[in-house]
Amino acid sequence: MFGLHYKLETKAIALVLAIIGVSSIGGLVEIAPLFTIDQTVEEAPDMRVLTPLELAGRNIYIREGCNACHSQMIRTLRDEVERYGPYSRAVESQYDHPMLWGSKRTGPDLARLGDKYSDAWHAAHLFNPRDLVPQSVMPAYPWLARTQLRTDDLPLHLERLRTLGVPYTQAMIENAAADAAGQAAPNTERAWGVAERYGEATNVRDFDGAQGAPTEMDALVAYLQMLGRQTAIAHAQAGDAP
Amino acid sequence: MLSALSTSQRQAALVFLVLLAFVGLFVAGIGRADPIAGHGWLVLAVSLLSIFAILTRYYDPEPPADRAGSYYDEPVKVGIILAMIWAVVGMFVGDWVAWLLVYPEMTFAEPWASFGRLRPVHTTAVIFGFGGNALIATSFYVVQRTSRVRLAGTLSPLFVLWGYNLFCVLAATGYLWGINQSKEYAEPEWYADLWLVIVWVAYFVLYLRTLARRQEPHIYVANWYYLAFILVVAVLHIVNGLALPLSWAMAKSYPIFSGVQDAMTQWWYGHNAVAFFLTAGFLGMMYYYLPKRAGRPIFSYRLSIISFWGITFFYMWAGSHHLHYTALPHWVQTLGMTFSLMLLIPSWASAGNALLTLNGAWHKVRDDATLRFMMIAAVFYGLSTFEGSFMAIRSVNALSHYTDWTVGHVHAGALGWVAMITFGAIYASVPWLWKRKTMWSPALVEAHFWLALAGTLIYVFAMWNSGIIQGLMWRTYNESGTLAYSFIQSLEAMRPYYIARAIGGVFFLLGALIGCYNIWMTIRAAGSAEALRDDHPQSRPDPALEMGR
Repeated sequence: MFGLHYKLETKAIALVLAIIGVSSIGGLVEIAPLFTIDQTVEEAPDMRVLTPLELAGRNIYIREGCNACHSQMIRTLRDEVERYGPYSRAVESQYDHPMLWGSKRTGPDLARLGDKYSDAWHAAHLFNPRDLVPQSVMPAYPWLARTQLRTDDLPLHLERLRTLGVPYTQAMIENAAADAAGQAAPNTERAWGVAERYGEATNVRDFDGAQGAPTEMDALVAYLQMLGRQTAIAHAQAGDAP
Repeated sequence: MLSALSTSQRQAALVFLVLLAFVGLFVAGIGRADPIAGHGWLVLAVSLLSIFAILTRYYDPEPPADRAGSYYDEPVKVGIILAMIWAVVGMFVGDWVAWLLVYPEMTFAEPWASFGRLRPVHTTAVIFGFGGNALIATSFYVVQRTSRVRLAGTLSPLFVLWGYNLFCVLAATGYLWGINQSKEYAEPEWYADLWLVIVWVAYFVLYLRTLARRQEPHIYVANWYYLAFILVVAVLHIVNGLALPLSWAMAKSYPIFSGVQDAMTQWWYGHNAVAFFLTAGFLGMMYYYLPKRAGRPIFSYRLSIISFWGITFFYMWAGSHHLHYTALPHWVQTLGMTFSLMLLIPSWASAGNALLTLNGAWHKVRDDATLRFMMIAAVFYGLSTFEGSFMAIRSVNALSHYTDWTVGHVHAGALGWVAMITFGAIYASVPWLWKRKTMWSPALVEAHFWLALAGTLIYVFAMWNSGIIQGLMWRTYNESGTLAYSFIQSLEAMRPYYIARAIGGVFFLLGALIGCYNIWMTIRAAGSAEALRDDHPQSRPDPALEMGR
């Protein structure tokens, strides 16, 4: 064996091919089957897609690096289930490009954050966390409330996600910009369109508490309030009401 | 550096840079409504500055036509200086964000200065800026000496080095502007990723062509590791970076994988970035500089082979240990755990091989801080690989995952292993490269060593404490069977350890600053031309680099 290696070392190309061959096996065995084995991701017929406003909020979450300190993956451990809620199912992130499971909890897990606090709490907490939680070390995000949300590119976002397999309809894509504004402006004509396209369970509220065009705060709070609310499968299997 | 280029190479560089300038201008134009425009302007500015630099030296005398009799060390020198600059930037930002976890208000009320945007600047500047430049520079140095041949190209090493640094700058500035893909250690967006692929292919071709011209029949073990680093990082980077951009004029993209498949791909990448960037590459460094500095050949040729192929094979299975108890199928978690445990064999084979090489040279370890840097690096490599295998056990991971223990583990590797072996290699190379007998001040190398060691130990002990306390508080139940502590109580308990960690970081940063000063003074000091007279392709190979059979 060592004699063989003594010869291998004299051929650069052979060494290159050997490295590629030996190193590819692990990834192929572990990753490829995840795309083909049906049990990998369970079925959830009630799974809904993110609205344009929630998607924009998700992109702000990514932009600000929230995933560095907050996980969105409740493990199958008793203390986690009791602290955060039913453990996370694979289907719950099946539309997440990329996934935001995270790897560190400097702050708490957010997988089931939706509806846990009020919109006003979130807006105040994001403006300055220490106003509400004096011991918090979370950064303050005062610029979110005063930055108007960019909505003109949202149809493009939905279209690209549809290409990748997220089931957005043509109507959702065409109305994405209007729906983003409508979701943060309840009791307007545009708000009705949101419920019509994304379902009655969609949160249509003035998330940042300020009138007018949607802000980045609207989007981020809308996203946070939706976390864990895309499907009731985890609650149904755990035997409690969502 | 530019004087090494012939007139035709200067012309080729100018043509390329003019094209690059136009690409920058084009992107700045079509992307003017998007953050990508900033990067267009940045590329334009960098290209124009480079064009200006070449034009000022355009009429300099040509280098001699035949330079095969000497090594091409200008890119190595520049790479080492860049590595040190990135080290200071990365460690400064790292310590800043460490203090932000103690005093969260200690920043500017601007988006760019918030923790979430600064943190990836720290990781990228340290891993890719400091580590990557050190790897590129030392790989250029080592492949020439161990093959006894000049680098196979004059322009391409400069392209690889500067192109790579452009990638690092695009990445770091992007985070500050809010361009971040969220994938850990792969945060840059699609266009920066594409640029890195081009640079990396040039690096691979250059390396292979240099090896092809070697005068030694055998490829020295350090080069196996550098080759594995270049090849596997390319595969990982391309697969994990697959993404669909919104448009050519927009920075944002959506990764093509989602949910559980994305998680597995990400941690297959993430763990093997540790394996092939932060381990294989630096083992390549160790296999050259440690025997060379100790003046003794590697203890065992067979152990080198076992550990090389063990690392190349086992590591690629281990990524799923980052996803224990998650929605990833159980069989993948079990495979990841199993291979992580087996990984201890090749890891300790490498660490043992390095330490046993020092047998007969321990008096040098005592007297020479440069060699001691490398020795301590091997010790920390052994410790952190043991810790890694331990933490990959599912029931241990139940406690350690999501806590600061992981952060401590990463830094035991990054500070104790990666940075220490790099400082050792840099302190060894700088006098060789600039033709000095020693560093300007060996006493300052000594000071740097103790600051670095103290900083690492403070950091790691603080994070072990905070991580284990966190993990225990999260799962402690009181007598009535409910959770004993709220999350915020566990956060409050972290405060003393976060202060200690940030102080450890100050020690480490101070050491790096002293290193910069010492290197600067060494470069400026009058050199003695007789030092290392026989450092050229015709010289006899160093007996310390001979492999047994």
